[in-house]
Amino acid sequence: MTDSKYFTTTKKGEIFELKAELNSDKKEKKKEAVKKVIASMTVGKDVSALFPDVVNCMQTDNLELKKLVYLYLMNYAKSQPDMAIMAVNTFVKDCEDPNPLIRALAVRTMGCIRVDKITEYLCEPLRKCLKDEDPYVRKTAAVCVAKLHDINAQLVEDQGFLDTLKDLISDSNPMVVANAVAALSEIAESHPNSNLLDLNPQSINKLLTALNECTEWGQIFILDCLANYTPRDDRESQSICERVTPRLSHANSAVVLSAVKVLMKFMEMLPKDLDYYGTLLKKLAPPLVTLLSAEPELQYVALRNINLIVQKRPEILKHEMKVFFVKYNDPIYVKLEKLDIMIRLASQANIAQVLAELKEYATEVDVDFVRKAVRAIGRCAIKVEQSAERCVSTLLDLIQTKVNYVVQEAIVVIKDIFRKYPNKYESVIATLCENLDSLDEPEARAAMIWIVGEYAERIDNADELLESFLEGFHDESTQVQLQLLTAIVKLFLKKPTETQELVQQVLSLATQDSDNPDLRDRGYIYWRLLSTDPVAAKEVVLAEKPLISEETDLIEPTLLEELICHIGTLASVYHKPPSAFVEGSRGVMHKRLPLGGDIGGSPAMGAGFGAAPAVMPASLNAPVGGGLGDLFDLGGGVGMPMGAYIPPKTVWLPAMKAKGLEISGTFARRAGVIQMELVLTNKAMSVMTDFAIQFNRNSFGLAPAGPLQVLTPLGPNQTIEVSLPLSTVGPVMKMDPLNNLQVAVKNNIDVFYFSCQYPISMLFVEDGKMERQVFLATWKDIPNDNESQFQIQDCHLNSDAASNKLQGSNIFTIAKRTVEGQDMLYMAIKLSNGIWVLAELKMQAGNPNYTVSLGTRRDGEQHY
Amino acid sequence: MSASAVFVLDLKGKVLICRNYKGDVDMAEIDHFLPLLMTQEEEGLTCPIMSHGNVHFLWIKHTNLYLVATTNKNSNASLVYAFLYKVVEVFTEYFTELEEESIQDNFVVVYELLDELMDFGFPQTTDSKILQEYITQEGTKLEVSKTKVPTTVTNAVSWRSEGIKYKKNEVFIDVIESINLLVNANGNVMSSDIVGTVKLKTMLSGMPELRLGLNDRALFALTGRDKGKTVTMEDVKFHQCVRLSRFESDRTISFIPPDGESELMSYRINTHVKPLIWIESVIEKFSHSRVEILVKAKGQFKKQSVANNVEVRVPVPSDADSPKFKTSTGHAKYVPEKNLAVWTIKSFPGGKEFLMRASFGLPSVEKDEMEGKPPITVNFEIPYFTVSGIQVRYMKIIEKSGYQALPWVRYITQSGGRTAMLFRYSLLMYRERDPSFSHREKLFKIRTSIYPIVFLFCFLSFRLPTTE
Repeated sequence: MTDSKYFTTTKKGEIFELKAELNSDKKEKKKEAVKKVIASMTVGKDVSALFPDVVNCMQTDNLELKKLVYLYLMNYAKSQPDMAIMAVNTFVKDCEDPNPLIRALAVRTMGCIRVDKITEYLCEPLRKCLKDEDPYVRKTAAVCVAKLHDINAQLVEDQGFLDTLKDLISDSNPMVVANAVAALSEIAESHPNSNLLDLNPQSINKLLTALNECTEWGQIFILDCLANYTPRDDRESQSICERVTPRLSHANSAVVLSAVKVLMKFMEMLPKDLDYYGTLLKKLAPPLVTLLSAEPELQYVALRNINLIVQKRPEILKHEMKVFFVKYNDPIYVKLEKLDIMIRLASQANIAQVLAELKEYATEVDVDFVRKAVRAIGRCAIKVEQSAERCVSTLLDLIQTKVNYVVQEAIVVIKDIFRKYPNKYESVIATLCENLDSLDEPEARAAMIWIVGEYAERIDNADELLESFLEGFHDESTQVQLQLLTAIVKLFLKKPTETQELVQQVLSLATQDSDNPDLRDRGYIYWRLLSTDPVAAKEVVLAEKPLISEETDLIEPTLLEELICHIGTLASVYHKPPSAFVEGSRGVMHKRLPLGGDIGGSPAMGAGFGAAPAVMPASLNAPVGGGLGDLFDLGGGVGMPMGAYIPPKTVWLPAMKAKGLEISGTFARRAGVIQMELVLTNKAMSVMTDFAIQFNRNSFGLAPAGPLQVLTPLGPNQTIEVSLPLSTVGPVMKMDPLNNLQVAVKNNIDVFYFSCQYPISMLFVEDGKMERQVFLATWKDIPNDNESQFQIQDCHLNSDAASNKLQGSNIFTIAKRTVEGQDMLYMAIKLSNGIWVLAELKMQAGNPNYTVSLGTRRDGEQHY
Repeated sequence: MSASAVFVLDLKGKVLICRNYKGDVDMAEIDHFLPLLMTQEEEGLTCPIMSHGNVHFLWIKHTNLYLVATTNKNSNASLVYAFLYKVVEVFTEYFTELEEESIQDNFVVVYELLDELMDFGFPQTTDSKILQEYITQEGTKLEVSKTKVPTTVTNAVSWRSEGIKYKKNEVFIDVIESINLLVNANGNVMSSDIVGTVKLKTMLSGMPELRLGLNDRALFALTGRDKGKTVTMEDVKFHQCVRLSRFESDRTISFIPPDGESELMSYRINTHVKPLIWIESVIEKFSHSRVEILVKAKGQFKKQSVANNVEVRVPVPSDADSPKFKTSTGHAKYVPEKNLAVWTIKSFPGGKEFLMRASFGLPSVEKDEMEGKPPITVNFEIPYFTVSGIQVRYMKIIEKSGYQALPWVRYITQSGGRTAMLFRYSLLMYRERDPSFSHREKLFKIRTSIYPIVFLFCFLSFRLPTTE
């Protein structure tokens, strides 16, 4: 007897009957009833009404029954949160069952019950299970932490589960390690700044060791986690690569792709002249080729990734053209991807083979595939100059087949070939013109019209041809209309005598009878050009065209780099960054390849100042980051008096440039007023008087609040210190850098100009203290793009000292949290123009480097 | 990281069974799956990844089922597909056939398996042999002693249980090779490579350590040995059990084998191979009246060898009727449901050449749509014939109890024949020779040369040495 019998009871009063059976004393009957309930649930019937009765069956010694009840709980607990509490006791009990299968089952199911009320009861059992003696229970508990975190992140942090999870990375059992890594990666993904996966050479070493021992899936978790690490130098990078390459021989395609991801990323750091670099390149090709014999869906993922890899490192697969030849029984999605890669790999060396293949494809039956094949022939012509002639003749052969869509596609690509190689293949125009009537697609019609217009002087009946298009002008698509207008104007400029009437006609059609603004505007422009200055018109309309590029559809380099970091994932399949299709990926950092070993040597360049410009997307953050870096820098030195940070004076205007007037100065915030502190020195031979100062418009509207107070004339070699109060109500204009200030100083001799940069910190106002709640809400509201992260290095302060120090500069600590030796400070800053900047500061005891995450809610800040 | 939920649907898009792993995607989203797929199929552009809003569907099809994973994150797509195929594999091991009925008949076990295979989107234990130790098809009575977690589940050796016992300790090694050939219209071999697999049938007690020695050129180069013919393997893929880092460092294939049958490794060799059976064909199509097919098959292998069960499958138009055949040897038949003419030759000696003529009637009213050009397929087996030259040189078996084990190398066909070394041909492409053919011409003439992709099977029953 099979289980299908359970699906057949569909009479009325069923629920009632089931209820009775569930409460039956006979174990067998109970079990049958639960099976029926699950069967009903499976076919989508609502059996939630039986909740209490099913839960009553939970305490059983029958494992199968228990599993079914748990399954039921997972499905309905959310709709019956109050009753779900009934189950808690059994869970707690089961977590202490002598049988590890049951302990694991309980802890696994527990995490799947997404009811907030329950979660806190589960902390104790989970804590025990995380330390269970049986690895099967531990590995299940590790995943449960991720589940719980998804429901209540705060709870997990408060309970210290994250630390336990981190400890599990050093577990003796490889499966436990793998699941702990997976769980931590999952949690870290939603908390990008939490630095959970504190990857350092020691932990990396542990992971690499576990890599050899865990299951294929565990290997994938570990490899994906490794891919997030940035090695310190090329030697570390090489040694990781060496330990990852054996994975390329794994039978599971997903393991191979994840290994390829790590290698592609870390390879970036290896110097290209290193022998190992060449070895690695050679090692990558065979596994990539073998991926093409996997299941079609995996092939598809592989091909989309290979497409990225050949763009990033064409040398890897340049000799492997043949493996991308299309097979008859490939699914269409595989065929189209292979075609794409064939074009990318096409070169002078293999073009003959490629063309022969493409020609075959162009006679297949699948319309989309054929079209793409024809287009590919055109792209080959443009890419490999030596092959252009052969491509053109192949295209002409294809036009002879008269298969409508083949002809149209061929004409579109021939237009591009004409543009790339002008005055070379015009002899084929006659053949093209024969097919004028069969063109019904706008793109092909437009291409044909372009050809006629461009070569009007060589086509005797060009005017007739274009006139024939003109008849149905208003029924054409905009693309064709625009092209027709331009083509006729070209014709007129080339053969003015016979075509005056035609050009009049098209101009009036375009300007008077059309609703399309683009068409009208272009019509008017041509009209005016032609009527005012025919010579100029000729220069404009018949101007030399820019060359078309050889490679089309190339992915923009920064995106390509990001996608390489996501090999194997959906992003790499879509060729889009994750932020483009994952909702709520707040704060997910755009992944980047590490800096090349041959450029920087060490990737950690931004020492001292935390703000390495490369990682600062939002313009405001750069100076703020720099400012914060400054604040800490000083803080790290000898104990400074409390108070706002004041940068040392610098020379803004050297005497050489200002006829003897030297100006140095700084900015400060004193008692809520921004001060510009200037030191004027007269290094000239004559006395200076009549000082005045003015600011150019700037980002934060800084302006002098009063006149420059230099009352006494400044004699030779005399120095005067003045303090100029500033207001922030002046005119605003975005500067670059943001904190740039252009100043003009006038005296009796001349006007001098200089620019200086003020610390953003002086704009932080005193009432920048935010309510915790408000802070939390605002922090959540911050869009990704407005967030950035950087490190401040070498700062030896504890969190309290830092907090005090920062408060002196009007950076207010709103909340503080300690997670396993790592202090997190949440801070708010209010700028004089009312913009809030929120920051999260992470510091670890004994580690002089702080991680700062900055975010601001207002999109507007981008404009300042 | 990977799947949020996994669904098994029938062909109408009805959910047969599903499991919600993460709860971050609404389970009702699956209702969009089939409409999306239908739209794509209408456009003729299906894709294994589809999205609706921010939900992504990753799917595969198996018999009359769709297996679909949903996610709203940037999941590891290759992991998801590998997992879905693994699910198919496990279910097939459990239910022999995986189809609509087997899911319904076994829904309790399916739920249990889904629970064990994946947790919160992370694939867990997917080895069906190990799973069968604690998820049995009969309801398990809970006796503490009985249902324990097999330690294997979490062991570093997650594919083999402890305490296996055999009276006679033996291991059988099967080497199966297939040769892929692609030849263009001019008769040039465009590409050829050999894909081979080494399969094991292990009947060994305890936890044996095995070492397999092949005549691998890279290994011989490393050890500086030069013993006869070697083979250069382009790429090698190993079962989870093989120590990959060991292979990487000194090309040693060392492992603790899974019990019973398993695929130990597969390899690819880039060697130029000539087609063993050369086929030329002339297909003349007289529109509205008939199509005439002439196929010539030539054995290009040694005269002493014989190809068995040669099957030449020639595609014919779907609207053909009234078949007539004439063959110089063997017999031919029409298989209308596959649009094929199949010519079978029981025994095909090397160096010989045979002919088949076929003619079909065509209706006077022709179908408008163009038909694809499926390949002509040839299947055959040649006993006592080797292609790649790969050899299993030895198999070392060490178990702590110190028993004597017998390793055998066998070369078998998939159909289970055990008598000879076999070759098999399969699939090939055919291509037009004349590029100017037109779909509209009255006389439709295709000349084709047919080049096969070859499967090679070897069979032997050699006792292997157990040392180098």
